[in-house]
Amino acid sequence: MTDSQTSTTETTVGGTAPTSFLSVRDLRCHFPTDDGVVKSVDGISFELERGKTLGIVGESGSGKSVTSLSIMGLHRNVGKKNGPRMSGEIWLDGQELIGAGREEVRKLRGQKMAMIFQDPLTAMHPYYTVGQQIIEGYRQHNPQANKKAARDHAIQLLDRVGIPQPDKRVDQHPHEFSGGMRQRAMIAMALANNPSLLIADEPTTALDVTVQAQILDLIRDLQQEFGSSVIIITHDLGVVAELADDILVMYGGKCVEKGPADKIFSEPEHPYTWGLLGSMPRIDRELQERLVPVQGNPPSLINLPNGCAFHPRCPYADRTEGLSKTEVPRLTSVGQDHLAACHLPLEVRQQIFTEEIAPRL
Amino acid sequence: MLLYILRRLLNVVVMLLVVATITFGIFFLVPLLQHTDPVMRYIGKNANPVAIAGIKVKLGLDKPVYEQFWLYLKGLVVGRDYANGNDVIHCPAPCFGISTQTQTPVWPTLLHDVTVTGSLAAGAAVLWLVFGVGTGVVSALRKRTAIDRVAMVTALAGVSLPVYFTGLAASALFVYNLGWLQPTNPDVTFTSDPGAWFQGMLLPWITLAFLFAATYARLTRATMLDVLGEDYIRTARAKGLPERTVIGKHAMRSTLTPIMTVFGMDLGGLLGGAILTENVFNLHGLGFDALNGITKNDLPMIMGVTLFAAFFIVMANLIVDLLYAVVDPRVRLA
Repeated sequence: MTDSQTSTTETTVGGTAPTSFLSVRDLRCHFPTDDGVVKSVDGISFELERGKTLGIVGESGSGKSVTSLSIMGLHRNVGKKNGPRMSGEIWLDGQELIGAGREEVRKLRGQKMAMIFQDPLTAMHPYYTVGQQIIEGYRQHNPQANKKAARDHAIQLLDRVGIPQPDKRVDQHPHEFSGGMRQRAMIAMALANNPSLLIADEPTTALDVTVQAQILDLIRDLQQEFGSSVIIITHDLGVVAELADDILVMYGGKCVEKGPADKIFSEPEHPYTWGLLGSMPRIDRELQERLVPVQGNPPSLINLPNGCAFHPRCPYADRTEGLSKTEVPRLTSVGQDHLAACHLPLEVRQQIFTEEIAPRL
Repeated sequence: MLLYILRRLLNVVVMLLVVATITFGIFFLVPLLQHTDPVMRYIGKNANPVAIAGIKVKLGLDKPVYEQFWLYLKGLVVGRDYANGNDVIHCPAPCFGISTQTQTPVWPTLLHDVTVTGSLAAGAAVLWLVFGVGTGVVSALRKRTAIDRVAMVTALAGVSLPVYFTGLAASALFVYNLGWLQPTNPDVTFTSDPGAWFQGMLLPWITLAFLFAATYARLTRATMLDVLGEDYIRTARAKGLPERTVIGKHAMRSTLTPIMTVFGMDLGGLLGGAILTENVFNLHGLGFDALNGITKNDLPMIMGVTLFAAFFIVMANLIVDLLYAVVDPRVRLA
């Protein structure tokens, strides 16, 4: 195990299969609407190795979920009239998914890659029992399994995700489960075929705080047990703090910073990441100060601000000699495996961080 | 569950009692208040004071109103004899009264005619469910395509065009212009001549189904589009289920639930008589009886059809509620 397993160097688009397990290259996903084209994801690239965890962090509407749905191939009517336009490459274990046929991608869904959704109440069919919903996904990819074996498998999974009396709970409907139990059942459903890639889209947002920690622990334990790669999508840096090996910060459909998790927390290089860190409650925070919100609102994805999309909200935009208003910053290396897209000169940035930001964190 | 059903059945009885009271009130009290004598409707041309007095006694119209009402309710349950000395009309339970036109009990006519209405409603229901729901599903899946637009414009036409237009137009075209079908003969029954019965029912079925299919297509489309936007449909896709399972199983199950409710109410309402369709095609069902009763001032017949129709609607309501608990596990009856 070396650090290079979580390589985050800038990737370029090419037709060849990469060496890493999941490789996303220059992913773009644009939705035409009556008001204009919504550029939900506009050039995202990252790599994820087997058994590692990537955290994708950003505000609502930054393109996190669209990214994950793109990987799962869950966008509808891609390339059709009024449908989303997708480009770039998604390589999963040597297979390219954007150019692949819908049927090929469907067979991978639920088997090689699986997804845990945000709200487990609405994400489960109210009319079918939890067991039926797990079994259905299992037998879809294991048609040889008989009903008895599939049911036993479902009970085992429910037991594994920590649901008491799984042999009884398996025949209950989602509305008979509590919120936390429902999310556990959702995780069991995702794990039905032992997927090598697990995408958790805001897995704890709909849960109360005590349950959140349990669910995150569960995801971490299961990852170690099953050896899956995990992508955790969240707006809460606290969620990924303990879980993620790498973190990718998204803003306005673009990646503004990515790197190893400890670097993102100890030496963040983008003013937006500073903002996110400053607005995160921390137990180890020494000063009893108020949390600092990121001023303003997320940008419209139809009309992104010129230049750096973050500049209208950036307190340091005036120190870029006007560059941030005119030119889109490129992701550039700021340390080992650490990239950031910011016009602030490196020295200025580090000075601001050490003098103004770090003492507040 | 059993207790719930019993309670609801009691509810049905109470509802019917209320309907019976109101119809009785309207049809028996109103003429009295207007000083028009209901006896005149029975007596016909041979009216003389002796005959009028005789019929008054025979029908119990000489008794106080509350006693008449009591006799009416009692007749519904145990039957009743309309008697004036040796002049007796026996009206077995359930006695809905004596028709002023035929001077015979209303009930056997209702019982016979409900089969006509029933076969009209059942055949039409099959057609409108298949075509209405089918069109709605296709429209939802092909949203904003030419198919969708054509289907929805047709559905709009179906909702807007009255049966007495579509029915007559269809008759004129297929029966009298093209000569493909024979006019519907009300005396032909399924048992007497199945082939002729079927071809006679074809246009009534289609006419009635067109009206309802239009509503169902629009309802199905709207519900299906809502359901397709649900998170659990995305979950089903995320599990790698093929699209036909996602639509045919997960989406359809949720779509059909509200349709089942509307269907139960529609069918219950129709069994009380499809007045327009039956009269356009000269089918002697309950709807025909209702219109006939109104035009001929046959009050007991109108009361009978009303009570009968109320019974079907209340029962349909009950059945839909019970089915809902079966279909949707979140619904618990208590």
